[in-house]
Amino acid sequence: MTRETPVRSITMIGIVALIALIGSCVEARDLTVTAWGGASQAAAQKVYFKPFVEKTGIKLQEDSWSGGIGVLRTKVQGGNASWDVVQVEVDELILGCEEGLFEKLDWGRLGGKDKFIAPAVNECGVGAVVWANALGYDGDRLKDGPKNWRDFWDVKKFPGKRGMRKGAKYTLEIALLADGVKPQDVYKVLGTPEGVDRAFKKLDELKPSIIWWTNVSQVPDMLASGELTMSVITPARLLAANKNDKRNFKLAWDGNLYSIDYWVILKGSPNKEQAMQLVSFMTRPENQKQLPSVIPLGVTNKEAIAQADPDALANTPANPDNIKNAVNINAPFWVENSDQLNQRFNAWATK
Amino acid sequence: MSNGATLRAAPVVAFDSAALKAGLRRAERSQKFHALVLVAPLLLFLALNFVLPIGSMLLRSIQDPEMSAAMPATAALLRALPNGALPDDRLVGVLVTELRQTSERGALSGIANRLNYDINGFRALLFRTALQIGPETSRATLDDLVSIDPRWGLRETWAALKHASGPYTSFYLLAAVDRRVTADGGIAKTPAQQAIFVDVFERTFGVSAVVTVLCLVLAYPVAYLLATVPARLANLLLILVLLPFWTSVLVRTAAWMVLLQREGIINSIGRRTGLISDPVQLIHNRIGVYIAMTYVLLPFMVLPLYGVMKGVSRLGVRAALSLGASPFAAFRRVYIPQTLPGITAGCVLVFILAIGYYITPALVGGADDQLISYFIAFYTNQTLNWGMAAALGLVLLAATLMLYGVYTMLAGTSGLKWR
Repeated sequence: MTRETPVRSITMIGIVALIALIGSCVEARDLTVTAWGGASQAAAQKVYFKPFVEKTGIKLQEDSWSGGIGVLRTKVQGGNASWDVVQVEVDELILGCEEGLFEKLDWGRLGGKDKFIAPAVNECGVGAVVWANALGYDGDRLKDGPKNWRDFWDVKKFPGKRGMRKGAKYTLEIALLADGVKPQDVYKVLGTPEGVDRAFKKLDELKPSIIWWTNVSQVPDMLASGELTMSVITPARLLAANKNDKRNFKLAWDGNLYSIDYWVILKGSPNKEQAMQLVSFMTRPENQKQLPSVIPLGVTNKEAIAQADPDALANTPANPDNIKNAVNINAPFWVENSDQLNQRFNAWATK
Repeated sequence: MSNGATLRAAPVVAFDSAALKAGLRRAERSQKFHALVLVAPLLLFLALNFVLPIGSMLLRSIQDPEMSAAMPATAALLRALPNGALPDDRLVGVLVTELRQTSERGALSGIANRLNYDINGFRALLFRTALQIGPETSRATLDDLVSIDPRWGLRETWAALKHASGPYTSFYLLAAVDRRVTADGGIAKTPAQQAIFVDVFERTFGVSAVVTVLCLVLAYPVAYLLATVPARLANLLLILVLLPFWTSVLVRTAAWMVLLQREGIINSIGRRTGLISDPVQLIHNRIGVYIAMTYVLLPFMVLPLYGVMKGVSRLGVRAALSLGASPFAAFRRVYIPQTLPGITAGCVLVFILAIGYYITPALVGGADDQLISYFIAFYTNQTLNWGMAAALGLVLLAATLMLYGVYTMLAGTSGLKWR
């Protein structure tokens, strides 16, 4: 009898734990917001998540992810999704909206569509941040640095390796810009077979000098060590390295490629009402305007742009000077053509 | 064996041979049963964690479930469509009905993605058509479809649809060897601009072969040294071999990035000593891949060689020398043949590991140094085209098994003989 007791108590504990586990699954969970982790999520936490909890008293859980429409499909179609509000890239916004993975937003509660810059408005999502890919280099190594993508191709004036993201997206647009195509015509040209040939022909010129990176976090180190003379890079990352590691990285914004991340609410969210409240909170001008001061990313609410600290905004893609000659990454084009162009890019790059 | 010996040693008179055999069988059966019970957890583990997932993943290379699941009637009619033919009105009618239903369910994306793998732009074609086909009562003929988009009048469009009608397909496997099915049902080469994989497979095997040879050349003297020096020193040296072996591949590759880069240690030493004037490009190219892969895989060559060399008696070489052979001839004709099992085991081990290498070429290689695993990872993680990833994996697995078969045929039996 005494020998059996531990076994029994263990069994009992197991049963109790199991009941508790089942109970916690059935019980409504807290509102959960999912973003991209790292510095950008830390900024969102400071500017949005913590103040939201303080003001509304709504409990908020955080998670992070690294993208992929497959993840969202599994969450929504599997039922009982564990996320409510998610920060998605524009490709995921388009695909997910098409597939019915997201709730339609109540634009009335966001203050109306005309309060936001045009590309930030979508029936399934509202723009969260504006980010970009621009030309970055180390100001300590290049005093009179490159100004645009044409300089990026000029290996005589600026000898050394160039870093580009391994993949067709961004790379083909940049090649066309370097070849003299106007920013507003990039996708018109790239939409034709001749345009694609032209981009690859331009890339052929630079091919021996290109080092392809896959993870953007490698790039600041490679620039600092002289492995790369210049690189395609997200400005926020270089500026963070300037701030944290006392670097002197410089940017050439001419011909940068910018895009927007969106807030979406997953279909069938049990916390839909609270989720809408959070999205509305995060897009209000008085809250959004603080973001650029914390991290050099652009915001989407027109009033927020007007009210934000101009010094902070100067380093974001939303700065009128920076956006002047920029290309808005055409997500529908890439949803349509990425299979074929990536295949061709891979075939080209591996030869 | 020991069981049989005991039985044989027992007094013979008490048993007739049939009962003896039955007893022996019984004893062996129960032994086998016990052995089976002991290995059952491992077998179960292997089946659940190895055979099942790999098998189901590889099956994806021949499955084509999207259309046959979402639009079953259309898929059935498409399978009956002759090669290179345009559809009749019945097929078009069914297609339009099911397209509308699928679109309303929000399930069109899977089919659209699958067809877009085959013909670029098919995704948009499908979504645009689904938007424009009218309400249920409207007539749907091929002409109606062509008026929405002229591509519906092309034989290639319908051939792609037929080819995607499932439930099984050769699409992915053919694509993995740079081939595709034409509108007439024949097989043609993928256009040169899109063809990748034959080159990459050749490169994978080429790089692996070079790395294997480099490993053998470097490891043989090391293993010989290990096997001939006094045990104490040998243990110390063995630790030097094993220490990197126990360190993460990622860490060791990253270390090579530091060593090899433009202003890295090797280039700065070279420049300081005046050996080179300009930095040599040692990384992000084939040289870097060879260096780093050879380094990472070296222990896999040293250890089998060392194991075999430990067992090789030195008497043979001494005998050859005393019979008048030159030291080199004695080494070549007496010593090396005795280490052949170690050489083959080491080479096969290194080669098979090398053809699956992903992280090292990804970090120290350029775009034209990526091996097939890179593309498997690319399709698995980035484009979510798992059919393509599975097909590449299947081709790689088949090639590896074939090589392993050749190895067991050539070396397996002799390897056993040596032991």
